[in-house]
Amino acid sequence: MRYLPHSEAERAEMLGVIGADSIEALFSAVPENALQKAPLDLPSHAAEFMVEAHMRALAARNHAASDGPFFVGAGAYRHHVPASVDHLIQRSEWLTAYTPYQPEISQGTLQMLFEFQTQVARITGMDVANASLYDGSTGTAEAVLMARRLTKRRKIILSGGLHPHYRDVVRAYLKDDPHLICLSPSPEGQGDILDRIDEDTAAIVVQTPDFYGHLRNVKVAADAAHAKGALLIVVVTEVVSLGLLEAPGALGADIVVAEGQSIGNSLNFGGPYVGLMATKKEYIRQMPGRLCGETVDANGERGFVLTLSTREQHIRREKATSNICTNSGLCALAFSIHMALLGEAGFVRLARLNHARACVLADALERVKGIELLNKTFFNEMTIRLPKPGAEVIETLAARGILAGVPASRLVSDDPAVESLIILAATELTSDADIAALVSGLEEVLA
Amino acid sequence: MSMNREGRPTHTGTGADINATGAALLPNEPLLFEIGDTHHSGVDLPDVEISPDRLGGFERKSALDLAGLTEPEAMRHYVRLSRLNHSIDGGFYPLGSCTMKHNPRLNEKMARLPGFADIHPLQPVSTVQGALEVMQQLSHWLMTLTNTAAVALSPKAGAHGELLGMMAIKAAQEARGEGHRKVVLVPESAHGTNPATAAFLGYIVKTIPAREDGTVDVSAVKEALTSDVAAIMLTNPNTCGLFEPQVIEIAQAVHEAGAYFYCDGANFNAIMGVVRPGDLGIDAMHINLHKTFSTPHGGGGPGAGPVVLSEALAPFAPVPFLRKDGSGLELVEHVEGEALGRITAFHGQMGMYVRALTYMLSHGADGLAQAAKDAVLNANYIKARLAGVFSLPFPNYPAMHEVLFDDSFLDGTGVTTLDFAKALIDEGFHPMTMYFPLVVHGAMLIEPTESESKQTLDQFCDVMLDLADDARAGNSERFTAAPLKAPKRRLDETRAARQPVLKWERREDIPQAAE
Amino acid sequence: MTIKFTQDHEYIAVEGPTGTVGITAYAQDQLGDIVFVELPSIGKALKKGEEAAVVESVKAASDIYAPVSGTVTAVNDELSGDPGLVNRDPTGTGWMFKISISDPAELDGLMDEVAYAEIAK
Repeated sequence: MRYLPHSEAERAEMLGVIGADSIEALFSAVPENALQKAPLDLPSHAAEFMVEAHMRALAARNHAASDGPFFVGAGAYRHHVPASVDHLIQRSEWLTAYTPYQPEISQGTLQMLFEFQTQVARITGMDVANASLYDGSTGTAEAVLMARRLTKRRKIILSGGLHPHYRDVVRAYLKDDPHLICLSPSPEGQGDILDRIDEDTAAIVVQTPDFYGHLRNVKVAADAAHAKGALLIVVVTEVVSLGLLEAPGALGADIVVAEGQSIGNSLNFGGPYVGLMATKKEYIRQMPGRLCGETVDANGERGFVLTLSTREQHIRREKATSNICTNSGLCALAFSIHMALLGEAGFVRLARLNHARACVLADALERVKGIELLNKTFFNEMTIRLPKPGAEVIETLAARGILAGVPASRLVSDDPAVESLIILAATELTSDADIAALVSGLEEVLA
Repeated sequence: MSMNREGRPTHTGTGADINATGAALLPNEPLLFEIGDTHHSGVDLPDVEISPDRLGGFERKSALDLAGLTEPEAMRHYVRLSRLNHSIDGGFYPLGSCTMKHNPRLNEKMARLPGFADIHPLQPVSTVQGALEVMQQLSHWLMTLTNTAAVALSPKAGAHGELLGMMAIKAAQEARGEGHRKVVLVPESAHGTNPATAAFLGYIVKTIPAREDGTVDVSAVKEALTSDVAAIMLTNPNTCGLFEPQVIEIAQAVHEAGAYFYCDGANFNAIMGVVRPGDLGIDAMHINLHKTFSTPHGGGGPGAGPVVLSEALAPFAPVPFLRKDGSGLELVEHVEGEALGRITAFHGQMGMYVRALTYMLSHGADGLAQAAKDAVLNANYIKARLAGVFSLPFPNYPAMHEVLFDDSFLDGTGVTTLDFAKALIDEGFHPMTMYFPLVVHGAMLIEPTESESKQTLDQFCDVMLDLADDARAGNSERFTAAPLKAPKRRLDETRAARQPVLKWERREDIPQAAE
Repeated sequence: MTIKFTQDHEYIAVEGPTGTVGITAYAQDQLGDIVFVELPSIGKALKKGEEAAVVESVKAASDIYAPVSGTVTAVNDELSGDPGLVNRDPTGTGWMFKISISDPAELDGLMDEVAYAEIAK
């Protein structure tokens, strides 16, 4: 067996040293009736080429994003990742390293996390960022709980523009909590969240660009929240937008949660992704997740360590800020390397290019008879209304090799008003030919 | 006060600027922001004109101040940084509870096939039947290995899985009209995520002591099983590396009392293919794919923590889940009444499913069982070689996949577990898990996994015995000054916590701090 | 002024109706470098033995229990900027909070300096 180093002779020798007759004897504490005797309904070991054939056959049954025109977004975006990123993250010392609990031999990971935290603080415009969470949706739930701890208030209001999955995760974390208010979906960019804030409100959660692509006024939301002593949590699902749009921190956000997948990480059918969280320095102690800090070693040289660990589960146990153990290490590394390769100049150009392609898409869609574009503002994602159910249109076009976006009804199941809506994203990878194919496909389907 | 003395003094050093460029192959690598600047970039993107018409006046005005590197500079920076890391590919990690086994490279190759890496979770399911089939096959492996009725694949990490499992238990209790049960029993040896998860859900945690032999006190469990107990959270094999011999009895008592049995599956590597937790009476168990099923640790993540569920809890699994639909597979994303909820956006850690399934197919059921047996063999081998010198708090049972020592063998030497661990670094090994579990003083928990050869185990044991000898001979300097050969000496963690510096700032932007 | 001690290594320096509470020199030595102190809010009512504060060293958190019942009247603001005060001067400038004692009889159950010295070896 190619992954198991022992020969039978070695096993026998080791058993001799242990003083046991067989390996089975080492399982003596296990009740006899709990030992698996009958063969399991699972295959035996296989050569590498056989496993590869099996997995390739499964992969071949999936339509990849690069196989044709692709406009799917809604919280995960197809961007180009430079070849060197994937090459670097596969280096043994990055890929197979453990959590940096022994800092003297983990300075690579620790310094990278420090750089990552700095990059996240910069793009969000906040004082401090953590070393990543699982993803944007769980990060949002954590931010809500953090806001409650900070304000000692209970009421949470979720904007109707928040990604429905993110809303559902907050709901699951706050099971049956009467103080959680989820506003109705707002495909037109409408909303009454500002009127709902009162002295019992711990925080409001606003996503921008929102689920339907609209750009929201963070400053107005921040001012309204602060006027009542509440906090503003801003959610960003397309992190590239921060290259063109104003930083939430500069507009008054108290906590920023973002999905970092767009930078450095592939679509991967939904995971692994990387959650970003940033906040003001006075809130650090209530922020969940790992934190990497700068210090010195016994020689006086600069070094990095995980710090403020006493917030975490392995120390506080039932009094921890959260139960989180892992962060999204390798995905955070990929994010950081890609951001380093982009730099400010590249990040800004990437964002502008995304918006430019989205404008071409928007103009083309507006020219199609029967289609109504709902967005007056957008970054790289928009919502259209069709005269037919969106899900049907998507299926028809998929059969032709065009992945035309996401029907809003896929995520918003309880609202017939969204049945005719499709959400589409354009990125730097969206070509004129893609848009032309989409348009002619839509025209045929709607004829 | 509760006097938790696990806080170890780490105040060292006086502070100085980094100035050396490094020596031989070990670099002193500056920060990204000290090398790059806002003009450099390692990508060539066209500069396009855009109109502000659709931006609502929300364009960025504040500075980004992001450093960039060209490609050769980036390669050098990240390659040099990587040299400062220990890794499994580079050396042994005897870390108890972490299962640092080899990460097969076929897993990485398969995960990168465009048919897996380049698919979006919200594409029509007709276009991703292969992905759903991966999830289905992985589910079959996990349920068959554990003999359980259902599996929820979506948790993004072990702790996330614990949350899901306990949420399912909470929902099940409520569905039976037993929502008033507010207590969860947790052994004192449990991993911190267990009580943290229970408290997170609003439960009161009642701690169950361990017996002298390292197993959980079964009579204490039975006594604590009053009608307000919702569940017990048990790790089996436990965190002391022992199989709980009365686990079936505990499960029966728990069920009779109307409570559920959550099993922390972090130590599944000891029993996969050999014992099925479903046969022991568990109701929910998370499995760490990044431990037992070889997905890489990546410097701290990403993980994946699918949860297997008994018949009783299967109806309370969250969305999404798979269902057979005619000739294909259907992904159920909404359930009438929305009672089940979801704990993450999209469908879970597909990248890790591909890797884990590849690993399972490579090993087969026979290989997995052999891996568990070799893991147990290796831990017992280390135990046999070290037990004469190191202090073994729980000698009554064979170790499972990990062996626990405490620091009483160091009494009177002036050397602590921490010092011992740091000296091990100078010998080329990553330290074992230290100070966990909390039930013994100065714990040293060693888990070799099945991936280590007899030569490596012998080298490790030789070094451990040499260190123990030296400590008892009074050569404490070797330990208290260690590590001396690592890229950095011991780091001042007190300073890092008292004066947190959590991001890089330009010299002129740093406010003058009092020292 | 009288100083009394608890089994759990808290001290209370009693002056009239108020007591100043902190941890002993022995305790701070056992804990190692203190990096953070979480203090109760002013006005909080505490029962004897109830968790009143938390002291964090780098790798552990320890609970501080109220030596007697009463109400918190003041907290040591210096500790947020300089938690090391608890290590350097635990019974002086490293004090944690002041409490107005509701039941002076509870003090009788605490140890005096001599009795405490026996357990703090």
